[in-house]
Amino acid sequence: MIGLEHYLVVSAILFVMGVLGIFLNRKNVIIILMAIELILLSVNINLVAFSAYLHDLVGQVFAMFVLTVAAGEAAIGLAILVIYFRNRGTIAVDDVDRLRG
Amino acid sequence: MIQAFAFYLFAGLMILSAGLTITARNPVHSVLWLILAFFNAAGLMLLLGAEFIAMLLVIVYVGAVAVLFLFVVMMLDIDFAELRAGFTRYLGIGSVLAVALAAEIVIAVAVHSAGPIELSNRIGPTPATISNVQAIGELLYTRYLYVFEAAGLVLLVAMIGAIVLTHRTRRDDRAQNASRQIARRPHEATRLVNQPVGEGVEL
Repeated sequence: MIGLEHYLVVSAILFVMGVLGIFLNRKNVIIILMAIELILLSVNINLVAFSAYLHDLVGQVFAMFVLTVAAGEAAIGLAILVIYFRNRGTIAVDDVDRLRG
Repeated sequence: MIQAFAFYLFAGLMILSAGLTITARNPVHSVLWLILAFFNAAGLMLLLGAEFIAMLLVIVYVGAVAVLFLFVVMMLDIDFAELRAGFTRYLGIGSVLAVALAAEIVIAVAVHSAGPIELSNRIGPTPATISNVQAIGELLYTRYLYVFEAAGLVLLVAMIGAIVLTHRTRRDDRAQNASRQIARRPHEATRLVNQPVGEGVEL
């Protein structure tokens, strides 16, 4: 029988995958944004799993709000990425040091 | 039995495609693996009985966010091989940290399983008679109405922000500018020249 712990472990593994993705692709902002999406997805799985096993719908409602913020974050992040590429011709994270004194 | 099979299928495929998302050489492949991960997550949510969130994942993530990523990846002309430099350098310490973090969370979950959580007072108890979508709607449009409106505001701000950030007016724009046309006076536009014979006209 599949219990709450199974879902928690799966979402923990997914979360760690997202963190590892940020670690491995430290130069590529696009992959970093995708890794953040993975992290938010694992949070959503956690919320929905708790909501299902505790028979309380609030978790699913909040998963929806997390989804909203994730969509907004992706849109703004990619817009910043596009104008940054337009101005500098690169998206390497190491080159984003123009504001350094 | 079939439930356990479906769970392990969805979970395994989701983690596999998440791993390929962060390790794929080509970012386009990364986005496609990300889409597969979202589909499998939607399957997991279906198993949990959260049909609305599952469909929302497919529509919002696969239909909007992943396509946005795909657009940006294909639009930007970037040498992705150069960005991969240092991948193997961080693989060792990254893996160690990831395994440590995963072990910590799994240990925490194992401790949780020693005693179940009991809620004495539920805010939105799952109703037995009506469907999941209807129950979420009834909760969302009553108790969480203001939060729902705030979420809509977040989306509006994100939309305006994305448009303002990426919009640019072209320099060689030849659109009609009515106020400049009206403000134009004859003495700015024409000039009387006493032109000598046999010389060129200087404009």
